[in-house]
Amino acid sequence: MKPRLFAALLGAAIACTPFAAHAHRAWMVPSATVLSGEDVWISIDAAASNTLFFADHNPLRLDNLVVHAPDGAQATPQNLLRGRYRCTFDIELAQSGTYRIVNATRGANARYMLNGEEQRWRGQLSELQAALPSGATDVRVSENFNRVETFVTRGAPTEIQPVNEGLELAPITHPNDLVTEEAARFRFLLDGQPAANLEVTLAPGGQRYRNDTGEFTVTTDAQGIATVNWPSAGMWWINASVRDLPSDTAGATRSANYSGVLEVLP
Amino acid sequence: MKLAQLTAALLTLAATPAAAQNLRVDVEIPRLSTAEYHSPYVAIWLERPDQTAVANLAVWYDIAARNNEGQTWLSDMRTWWRKIGRETTLPADGVSGATRAPGATHINLRANQGPLRGVTPGAYNIVVEAARELGGREVVRVPIQWGPQAQTANASGSSELGAISVSINP
Repeated sequence: MKPRLFAALLGAAIACTPFAAHAHRAWMVPSATVLSGEDVWISIDAAASNTLFFADHNPLRLDNLVVHAPDGAQATPQNLLRGRYRCTFDIELAQSGTYRIVNATRGANARYMLNGEEQRWRGQLSELQAALPSGATDVRVSENFNRVETFVTRGAPTEIQPVNEGLELAPITHPNDLVTEEAARFRFLLDGQPAANLEVTLAPGGQRYRNDTGEFTVTTDAQGIATVNWPSAGMWWINASVRDLPSDTAGATRSANYSGVLEVLP
Repeated sequence: MKLAQLTAALLTLAATPAAAQNLRVDVEIPRLSTAEYHSPYVAIWLERPDQTAVANLAVWYDIAARNNEGQTWLSDMRTWWRKIGRETTLPADGVSGATRAPGATHINLRANQGPLRGVTPGAYNIVVEAARELGGREVVRVPIQWGPQAQTANASGSSELGAISVSINP
């Protein structure tokens, strides 16, 4: 949709308000991240939950699941099952190197007033025009880009190329080379540019068995680099988000969210 | 051989005094009484004091399993795997072998041969790591001075490894 057309549709009543971030945490947890041998598979649990990493809310919608193999081709997820609380699927690691498992979604939220009541809409931005009933006023639109991913490596790690879209983690320390005794450095990119001064949340799994969350935040420097000192080994959830970005679509805002799962070994 | 060539050859030998010594690493694999015991995977490697790996000295794993299935658990030797294992092609001549039963075992290497080819005199660590199926994992580092001087260095593990002794003999 062309920005001008969209602006004309929404008229002067448009207001730009960001929508609440997803309340639950999205994750894909692999059965292992550092593997050796030849006939090697991993299994992944994918869900959105509050308690990391316990499937207690909803399965992750995997409509946009892509498994990037080390050679750049796409591998096929197998044995996909959608359960009440989580999805599971397997990946055969046929190649040596690093697999990047991604569920990246683009969408839009809209709120508008119709006959004195607030209505909500969710879908693709291109569908909004058709979806809005005549008489809708106070239309507020937010585009969102959401990336959920994890990494696994068979044999020696291979380089991870940035996708330059949305908010992403561009590793300096390889995500499958994390140990408690060494600090890790990750660059965050927003549409391919360093995301400076970005607050990054780190939360350890196994939360049910602790009274404190164990979470902490770090802030990226001017080059978009976050330095993380791991307090403990285990599966970690790494998350960052940006909101109220200008959008290509006139009158709308844009948000981007990143959620990764990283394994830190002792 | 002419005298001049012979002399030159002898001088060359004399100029590389590190070329003759032996490196012996004695490893004690503790006898553990557990319901289901499997001999541990063990890796022994040479690293610089900054912990960058120089060479594999030994890798003992389940080499006899069908379809190289024994390689699946190599990454359980986490430190070795990260420092050098994941870059290593196995089996490797003179380096890899079957797992060893509990008790005293050792490796014997000669300077400038096999894994020690090209290793220059200086400070190193001998690193021994053991990982056992249904058991734990342990890493023991023994600092050594690789060179013509005879020396012995000792360390000990506390769970998956027993006494480790490194001796260098001219």
